[in-house]
Amino acid sequence: MRDSTFKSAFNDRTAKTFMAVLFGATLLVTVLNQLFPADSALHVSAYTVTLLGKYLCYALLALALDLVWGYCGILSLGHGAFFALGGYAMGMYLMRQIGDRGVYGNPELPDFMVFLNWSELPWYWHGFDQFWFTALMILLVPGLLAFVFGWLAFRSRVTGVYLSIITQALTYALMLAFFRNELGFGGNNGLTDFKDLLGFSLQSDTTRVGLLIATAVALAGAFILCRWITGSKLGRVVMAVRDAESRARFVGYRTEHYKLWIFTLSAILAGIAGALYVPQVGIINPGEFSPLNSIELVVWVAVGGRATLYGAVIGAILVNYGKTVFTGIMPEAWLFALGGLFVAVTVFLPHGLVGLVAENWGKVKTRFAQNGNASNTTNPAEGDTP
Amino acid sequence: MGYKFGQMLTALFLVLLASVSWAEEPLQDPTAPPRTTTENSVDEIDILPLSLQEILNRLTNRSFDEKEAAIRQLAKQDNPRVVPLLNALMNRELVHNRKDDTIALGVKKDGQWELRDPESSEVIGQADSRAVRPVIINNRLRTVINNQLALVALNDPDSDIRYQAAGQLIGNDDAEMLAALTTRHYQESHPRVVAQIDTALNIAALRSDDLTTRLDAIEALAGNLHPEVKNALNTRFLAADTPQESQALEKAIARIEARIDTFQTADTVFFGLSLGSVLLLAAIGLAITFGVMGVINMAHGELIMLGAYTTYVVQQLLPDSHEWSLLIAVPAAFLVSAFVGVLIERFVIRFLYGRPLETLLATFGVSLILQQAVRVIFSPLNRTVITPEWMSGALEINPVFSLTYNRLYIIVFALAVFLALLALLKKTRLGLQVRAVSQNRATARGLGIRSERVNALTFGLGSGIAGVAGVALAQLTNVGPNLGQSYIIDSFMVVVFGGVGNLWGTLTAAFSLGIANKLLEPMAGAVLAKIVVLVFIILFIQRKPRGLFPQRGRAAEE
Repeated sequence: MRDSTFKSAFNDRTAKTFMAVLFGATLLVTVLNQLFPADSALHVSAYTVTLLGKYLCYALLALALDLVWGYCGILSLGHGAFFALGGYAMGMYLMRQIGDRGVYGNPELPDFMVFLNWSELPWYWHGFDQFWFTALMILLVPGLLAFVFGWLAFRSRVTGVYLSIITQALTYALMLAFFRNELGFGGNNGLTDFKDLLGFSLQSDTTRVGLLIATAVALAGAFILCRWITGSKLGRVVMAVRDAESRARFVGYRTEHYKLWIFTLSAILAGIAGALYVPQVGIINPGEFSPLNSIELVVWVAVGGRATLYGAVIGAILVNYGKTVFTGIMPEAWLFALGGLFVAVTVFLPHGLVGLVAENWGKVKTRFAQNGNASNTTNPAEGDTP
Repeated sequence: MGYKFGQMLTALFLVLLASVSWAEEPLQDPTAPPRTTTENSVDEIDILPLSLQEILNRLTNRSFDEKEAAIRQLAKQDNPRVVPLLNALMNRELVHNRKDDTIALGVKKDGQWELRDPESSEVIGQADSRAVRPVIINNRLRTVINNQLALVALNDPDSDIRYQAAGQLIGNDDAEMLAALTTRHYQESHPRVVAQIDTALNIAALRSDDLTTRLDAIEALAGNLHPEVKNALNTRFLAADTPQESQALEKAIARIEARIDTFQTADTVFFGLSLGSVLLLAAIGLAITFGVMGVINMAHGELIMLGAYTTYVVQQLLPDSHEWSLLIAVPAAFLVSAFVGVLIERFVIRFLYGRPLETLLATFGVSLILQQAVRVIFSPLNRTVITPEWMSGALEINPVFSLTYNRLYIIVFALAVFLALLALLKKTRLGLQVRAVSQNRATARGLGIRSERVNALTFGLGSGIAGVAGVALAQLTNVGPNLGQSYIIDSFMVVVFGGVGNLWGTLTAAFSLGIANKLLEPMAGAVLAKIVVLVFIILFIQRKPRGLFPQRGRAAEE
């Protein structure tokens, strides 16, 4: 598991289990949605398909945060910004795909620009009618922002709490900016009313299932990539930076380069998550930049368990499932529950749910071992917890 | 460091005070003697020994000209009833009784008119609503009445009333008014009133036929900030025919505009100071919990919100005493927020010392719970907090520059809280213990300081100050569940910008960010100004990661 080839990252037991569960669930939902008629008891509605797709996007976002927070010790409170930027890039492509089917029927300008009496497309909207260009921007815009921001911050050794607070200021500033109509991203209402993606109607079940599969593939790919990186030599240096940055620096590593590289990669992953999220929920607005979202994201990772990758995924899905259930039955209680979760997890579960399970599993095993049933298989989670 | 900084601050305030006193100066400055118009031909209205009732009865006439003559004649009478009668006419309380064709005071009661005698104001009877009609006046008559009232008020013993009366007459070119103003000018001793009368007379002099009179008036009016002055000069500029006069007018208008600019800048700076003091109040509690204890308290905004809600509750409990309920609200808010703060410290933060990122997450959870609790208890809607009488209104320094009392009090209040906190930390035993624990916990414990107790008290103190800030903010913004959220990021920016653990740094940061924000606003708009300031701080922290005034020595090594 610790030898740093890509193949081993793909083949180890954790990755295999993870992908089996992920693709199993996706396949199940796909089959139940596509093969059973709408009135069958086994049919899964398009709503559930989209919901699962949404959770997987959040899981990818949580994975991205776990990479920087869990492995590199950078608590970013601004990851929502990279997610939203990726989302906006996708949203711009989808807006351009509407063409003359908008309310005002203008073939060139999106509705909100017609509404604002703009006469031509702003320069930064050009190119977004091409999917390849959009795909490039989804990677480039969050990546570049993270690169510049990280370069400035890590070079001057802004660390810990200070870094957290300025990342929060970053997403807050972006939120305020995107709320402005003059910026040309639809202001308060954001971008919505999308019709189709690459020629497939966003309303059809097939496209929704397709998007779910795409998200699952992206999540699996990101998981393997992260696992490969954290298992490689680079990953070990990054963890050394987390545990004792000055010592790593004294040994001769340019710690800021490692941090910058991990931070940028993580921002790109967050951007991809955002881009997959937007066609599934059908809207992107400045609310996605709100600092609250970014902090909530931190809790997903904390609940699942840091520095395990699959913990972040589990946390994101569990917390969001809880949110869906709670806001459905008793909306006022959700914030109490979320707040309580924040406190409980940080005070009582520093290693998250995964850590809890691993510890108890360890105890059970020790007991077995004491009873003479010694077993030498190691627990998969232990390998990653520091 | 602290001393040098204190001096800087004193200098800042001296400059501010100087600018304010300089602003007052032109009013006391005796301007050139007044120039009156030569046309002094008052239409002599025949003064017959008529009774008030007889004069009033002229108002039954439908013609507005006739009514105007009656009003002027009424105002001439040396009778204490004149002012109340003119006011009654303005308020449509002077009625025409058609039964006997006389004018009486009338008040509508249960669909009927209760009539009173205009002179004695005794009830003289009831009348059917159809038999009585209020005397109708138009805008021209309203102006005439106002001017006549002002003319009476010009001789009032109270100088404030005389000042207002003279102000009312500015821009008036009625010969009678000007004559009255001139007469008053020679008797007047109060410089404020004299200046106001001068303005009125000089504006009238702009319409004189004599060029020298006009030029003298223009020169006297240069730099005068009364809004009528600029209008009058601009009007005259269009009619000016000699280059000499045009030049003089241009110069005078330019001077007025320059002065307006200066005062607008002063106004912006005042608003900046007021925003700065709000930031200071919001951030200062955080400076304690974050700066001294190293705890990131994301629930700080909600503690401010609790203070604001305490103000609301105190006002609800004492519905008859809005004027002084704030005096109870301040300590009450301190206690409520401090109590909640101590609870947070005992039940959450205690377990997380030395792990700042974890305190951030846990206290964020607490903030969500507090917000939702307030939503459940008080409803998600905003609550209104009543501003006491003594906090509303403004201190008018001149027509373009006035300081609103609520902002003025908040600046004073913020500084008072700051100084009290500083004194507490530097002069008391608790302050000494707090500083000792924050510098070196182990040594402090070794010397017998109960660090657990000190932690709880420090956190309580920081939280209590947040509550006090809430009382002040309740006077400026809406009191709602989201009140705290909107201040938390700003507060962190202030503390980080100023340098953690340095109260003077917090003070400088709060005021400089407040002023910078308000100076940028007219150029870029409120939202963009905020973005610019945020981006500036982000870049600033990259350059100086420890803020404006970094801590030196042992405490900085963590």
